[in-house]
Amino acid sequence: MSTTAKRGARGGHAGILAACLLYVGLLLVLPLAGIVWTALKPGLHIVSDTLREPDVRHALLLTFQIAVITVLVTTFFGVIVAWVLVRQRFHGRSFLNALVDLPFALSPVTVGLACFVLFAPGGWLYPFFNARGIQINFALPSMVLVTIFICIPFTIREVVPVLEEIGLDEEDASRTLGASVWHTFRKVSLPNIRWAIAYGIALSTARAIGEIGAVLIVSGLIQGRTETATLFIFRAAEERQLPQAYVVALLLAAISIVLLLAIETFHHRQEREMHSA
Amino acid sequence: MSTPIVVEGLTKRFGSFVAVSDVTFTAPAGAITALLGPSGSGKSTVLRMIAGLEEPTAGRILMGEEELTPKSVQERRVGFVFQHYALFRHMTVAENVAFGLRVRKEAKDVRDARVRELLELVHLDPFADRYPDQLSGGQRQRVALARALAPQPQVLLLDEPFGALDAKVRQDLRRWLDELHRELGVTSLLVTHDQEEALELANQVVVMHEGRIEQVGSPKEIYDEPTTAFVAGFVGSANVLHGEVVDGHVHLGSFRLPGADHLEEGSAAAAFVRPHDVRVSPGDGDTTAVVERIASLGWLARVTLRLADGDVVVAHVPNDELHGAAEGARVSVDLRNARAFEVPVGEEAGAGPVD
Repeated sequence: MSTTAKRGARGGHAGILAACLLYVGLLLVLPLAGIVWTALKPGLHIVSDTLREPDVRHALLLTFQIAVITVLVTTFFGVIVAWVLVRQRFHGRSFLNALVDLPFALSPVTVGLACFVLFAPGGWLYPFFNARGIQINFALPSMVLVTIFICIPFTIREVVPVLEEIGLDEEDASRTLGASVWHTFRKVSLPNIRWAIAYGIALSTARAIGEIGAVLIVSGLIQGRTETATLFIFRAAEERQLPQAYVVALLLAAISIVLLLAIETFHHRQEREMHSA
Repeated sequence: MSTPIVVEGLTKRFGSFVAVSDVTFTAPAGAITALLGPSGSGKSTVLRMIAGLEEPTAGRILMGEEELTPKSVQERRVGFVFQHYALFRHMTVAENVAFGLRVRKEAKDVRDARVRELLELVHLDPFADRYPDQLSGGQRQRVALARALAPQPQVLLLDEPFGALDAKVRQDLRRWLDELHRELGVTSLLVTHDQEEALELANQVVVMHEGRIEQVGSPKEIYDEPTTAFVAGFVGSANVLHGEVVDGHVHLGSFRLPGADHLEEGSAAAAFVRPHDVRVSPGDGDTTAVVERIASLGWLARVTLRLADGDVVVAHVPNDELHGAAEGARVSVDLRNARAFEVPVGEEAGAGPVD
């Protein structure tokens, strides 16, 4: 009886495994393989041809700019917010903690619309920037703003648990040895959270590059001016420039895979360091 | 070179919770003073306030003549050793020890020489280039001690330094710390909940309970002459017998114990008797008991006795003084050096067998 039971269990086990593989395979690998296959079907020259087009170059450059600014801002403030959330006890701390997750819950389209309304004629902030001749909507500033908003949680959510786990002892030790708060942060705390920060950067970059919903609303879709890589794919697909759309999509997918590898590496490093000492 | 630490009326409140209440004592220069108490007695908070890691709600801290209270942690020049080592995990042993010297901008050659000297002192010179996670717990705590001593602090503060180590390592480190302290003579404050540790290492013991000081004295005074019921029950083990004060004695049903002159006639009292102060002899005496159990602890035996009125008393008797007592036998019992205290309301100190 026990052998049959075992065989049955093993059979069930294999069944679940097969279902998992099928699920992951169908939903993840198949579309990815499809993109690679379709993009490269006309031959490898299609890649260099596409990358030579001014619209494509501009779109990639714009995406790159947005991603860099976003990551700089969200990392800098993310570390500060994480620090405050873990190390300070104040009224409204749990509210701030919940607020940080808002971008996860909110649809990017809503974020885009909210931003758009704020800076559109009649919006609260329109008079201020209009008087100074600064264009926010249909330009880089609004696109960066919405992307930052969407990427706010990543660094914070990676750094907070690490700061919590590491605790205060090392920082206290540093201070009793005469180190200032800033010196303690730079020499003791920062090295302890560096992999969490790297992890946050990788996640934010991936998210910033892939963002479309919010950017779509605020950009005004001006070809060659406010068109990011994702928006280019969106328009090219609409206008039946499918080969170009596929090539850019392939490029973004490749970047994502590289980031994914980076994310896994950073994650492991952090885990290992957290459990040392 | 060494300086005494004076603590005056130190109080710490966290919201409505009083963690430390009006604590006053002096840690003599060059000696080890132990802050002994159960967890939650406020002893670590006192230590952290002396280091400047916690701000007192009231009171003053002095190091010699110098008032420490308004100074920041960084200015206080204290060495602090944490229970969980708190080594900088991304730095090598040598870098850890050099940290305080680097902060004080010591020249590189001075720094290197001092690091080498300290690593020799803690017998870890071959481990200079290791990282903390490549060391055992005992080694880590020695690195932590070397790191704390490197900038030549005026006082050394140790917060349960052996608490995270296993028994054998704890024993070794304790002996080693004793030797080290004899060599350096730096004023030290040791926080511990382990009475054995406090009695063995300290020149002076401050017993704390619920944020207050119960007694300050030498280890001998604390052990032999406890001034409160808490100290009598917490330091060392003791049999606790409850009775009533009559005529300067504690009356316990069938017999009475002297030493209650200071207590009010007719009040409820608890008499504390150490297991080694219980003598057992054959035959009938003033007080008799039945031997319930004899457990051998090597050279001595732990004898559990039931007195005529039902109270249980534990005696530690050297094997050659058992006089053939066996389980079930009736023996005569002599309870010596009893210390009587008023019964603390809502507190029950249990009879504590020692190992």
